[in-house]
Amino acid sequence: MRDIAIIGIGMIKFGELWEKSLRDIAVEAALNCMKDAGTDRIDSITIGCMSGGLFNGQEHLTSLLPDYLGRHTTPAVRVESACASGGMAVRSAFMEVASGMSDYVLALGVEKMTDVSENIETYTLATTADGDYEAFHGINLPGLYALMAKAHMEKYGTTRNQLAEVAVKNHRNGALNPHSQFPMEITVDTVLRSALVADPLRLFDCSPITDGAAAVLITTVEEAKKIGKQPLVIISGIGVASDTIALCQRKDILKFEAVELAGQRALKMAGKTINDINFAEVHDSYTIAEIMVIEALGIVKEGQGGVATANGITSLNGKFPINPSGGLKSKGHPIGATGVAQICEAVLQLRGQAGKRQIKNAKTALTQNMGGSGGSCVIHILEAK
Amino acid sequence: MEVARHWRETPERYRMEAGKCSKCGKIAFPGRMICPECGSTEFTKHTLSGKGKIVTYTIIRTAPDGFEDLVPYAVGIIELDDGIKILAQITDCNPEELKTGDRVVAKFRRINEDGKTGMIYYAYKFVPDVGI
Amino acid sequence: MVGIVGYGTQIPRYRIKIEEIAKVWGADAASFKRGLNLNEKSVPCPDEDCATLAVNAARNAMSRAGINPQEIGALYVGSESHPYAVKPTGATVSEALGACPYVHTADFEFACKAGTEAMFVALNLVKSGAVKYAVGIGSDTSQGSPGDALEYSASAGAAAYVMGAENLVAELIDTHCFMTDTPDFWRREHANYPEHGGRFTGEPSYMKHVTGAVNAILEKTKMKPEDFDYMIFHQPNGKFPVQMALKLGFKEPQFRYGLLTPTLGNTYSGSSPLGLAATLDEAKPNQLILLVSYGSGAGSDAFIFKTTERLLKVRDMAPRVRKQLDEHKMYLEYGQYAKFRHKIVKPE
Repeated sequence: MRDIAIIGIGMIKFGELWEKSLRDIAVEAALNCMKDAGTDRIDSITIGCMSGGLFNGQEHLTSLLPDYLGRHTTPAVRVESACASGGMAVRSAFMEVASGMSDYVLALGVEKMTDVSENIETYTLATTADGDYEAFHGINLPGLYALMAKAHMEKYGTTRNQLAEVAVKNHRNGALNPHSQFPMEITVDTVLRSALVADPLRLFDCSPITDGAAAVLITTVEEAKKIGKQPLVIISGIGVASDTIALCQRKDILKFEAVELAGQRALKMAGKTINDINFAEVHDSYTIAEIMVIEALGIVKEGQGGVATANGITSLNGKFPINPSGGLKSKGHPIGATGVAQICEAVLQLRGQAGKRQIKNAKTALTQNMGGSGGSCVIHILEAK
Repeated sequence: MEVARHWRETPERYRMEAGKCSKCGKIAFPGRMICPECGSTEFTKHTLSGKGKIVTYTIIRTAPDGFEDLVPYAVGIIELDDGIKILAQITDCNPEELKTGDRVVAKFRRINEDGKTGMIYYAYKFVPDVGI
Repeated sequence: MVGIVGYGTQIPRYRIKIEEIAKVWGADAASFKRGLNLNEKSVPCPDEDCATLAVNAARNAMSRAGINPQEIGALYVGSESHPYAVKPTGATVSEALGACPYVHTADFEFACKAGTEAMFVALNLVKSGAVKYAVGIGSDTSQGSPGDALEYSASAGAAAYVMGAENLVAELIDTHCFMTDTPDFWRREHANYPEHGGRFTGEPSYMKHVTGAVNAILEKTKMKPEDFDYMIFHQPNGKFPVQMALKLGFKEPQFRYGLLTPTLGNTYSGSSPLGLAATLDEAKPNQLILLVSYGSGAGSDAFIFKTTERLLKVRDMAPRVRKQLDEHKMYLEYGQYAKFRHKIVKPE
């Protein structure tokens, strides 16, 4: 297997991009990526998109996107793993280059969510749950995370305020990110005064509906060195794991087994432990998700995610910064783009280009991207060399 | 129109029929072809008791399509006396008064419908076990 | 010998008080309460309909019957609120009970007597020897037009009866029908609410047919009103059945268990079958019960049952009617009630 580097990243400002279409935002991110890489060589494309069909009435992105990228004969493959589609697309790109099949692969994540009514948005997100045995019964994604939040509060004593602290911290970081959809600071009170969505979760516990795209260009370390990229950012570990689609079928609904296993696999591949990681971008689709993810990764002890967040451990200047980008909560959560955007942020930090939100001496990063209520997870370990 | 998709779940939704692994005894609901515990492919039919207790629940305030008139309604994970957990609505209650650990019992209810002229979907919901 | 092997009921948990309805329409609640002996009525939850009430009642009946559902040879549901205009409620109920596929089913409609029609056919099929067990169910989530007198009474509930030839809780002594074409109440195809003939629903309709059925069965069996321990008449309100009973020579103790309307309302097809269930909940073995339904259009079915020793053994295997009626009630305001009953029109 060949060693892999990321030589280009491309983000766009996330938001409700009324004037732009699915193809517009995907191409914009790809152009930014090629510009950043300083090359337009693309041998192959992996696309992360959850549901062009339901959001845009558009499948077959493996024709549409190469076509509008001005290279309609370039091979493309689309990867779907619900909200983890983006991270999985990066993994596919990694494998394609590592295997020697291609030398330059563009991993392109995109989701254009605002072209449909809120009902269809909610319906589409709920298709990431068990359609016949969860969504059928009238539960949606916030509802499933609310079941976890309620249980977490009852079992570990996590408080309503601690949940809110996750959102407060991520908005504080997101306010420093020019690509953020909601770059404003909020307080615990903002969260507690927002509308109940599914008790105990409120509107400000939930990531927003977002249009967005992000891209990374992957090649071998050897090629990257030829180009002379400094510092060189490599992908040293990847882990993927799955869990039951239905939340209720898990042995412990408060344990993201897929996150735990994917984390262990990625760290093992990179030859690292969680203590070697300087910061992480994690999948805070809901405030409770971030709390449970940092527990599953072993960043904090079981049940301590809420307390740790409230104590500032995961803040930008804390012991283990989580979501310096602002996370899904503030930066936005364009489903298929999210996993790629996390990697863009990690690369920016590792290059020392993250501006006001730069973490000092960031050398090793972890990105964690998961689908549905935790039924799939992909984790990348990135290092600055 | 989604007809077959719902019709084929009739044994599970109308009668709570599950599969019980002939090798390790694990109950799977809905039924499966491969036992997630031991990998066996031999199952026998097991009808769930329909009685259990609430493990966790939420109150849905922003409902998916077709559920708007029920808001606010409770959805919970129920641990059945059979030893397995299932997700369902908890109806016939003031959701604000529910508590984790409350005993509940399954009833046959209307879940949703395909618009005003389409198919009506029925299945189990749970109600507080107050003996009515 | 044929009769009832198991019985079961389901009444929704929600209620609305007469005052709450009267308040909206500027009506005099006291006159409804006094004049029609109505205090409150049951209201189905939006997730309940004729089919769900029928299934839940039938499951209770099966608990008391203690039979294998595969031995059910026929199942009939009587209702004026079948969820589908075309597609049998009976198929849904049979499937939920686990009675399919060797089961005959049909949906009955005869205004408020569709439930006893189902029971009548079930009993006679068992009697004929065609099937071992047959289920007859009366179930309704009846509709009263907003502001109409019917809105004060139209309620929801179901009673289910498993009929058989052995292990009876009540033996059928005899039946008799009385039916004519009388236009006192109807609902046309595609109409949301029924229409009725006002006072015409009284004397030439309810009174005439109930009297006709009672007289016919008494004559046929050579029995007198005082021979019965209990009697149940169809109860569109709390006034008609009492007036009728007293006029025909019955006395208050005979209908003390069966008269449910004052706090239940008119459950239409479920009405007299629920009254019978409430009576079976309290009767002793070897007691005689007269059941007379009434359905607009118009007709009455009369039945005489005699309770057995087994009744006492199975009674507590399912909830009693009074428990469903009196306990754990949840009261609605008119706005919630209007939402529950789809009286608030929203754009499609």
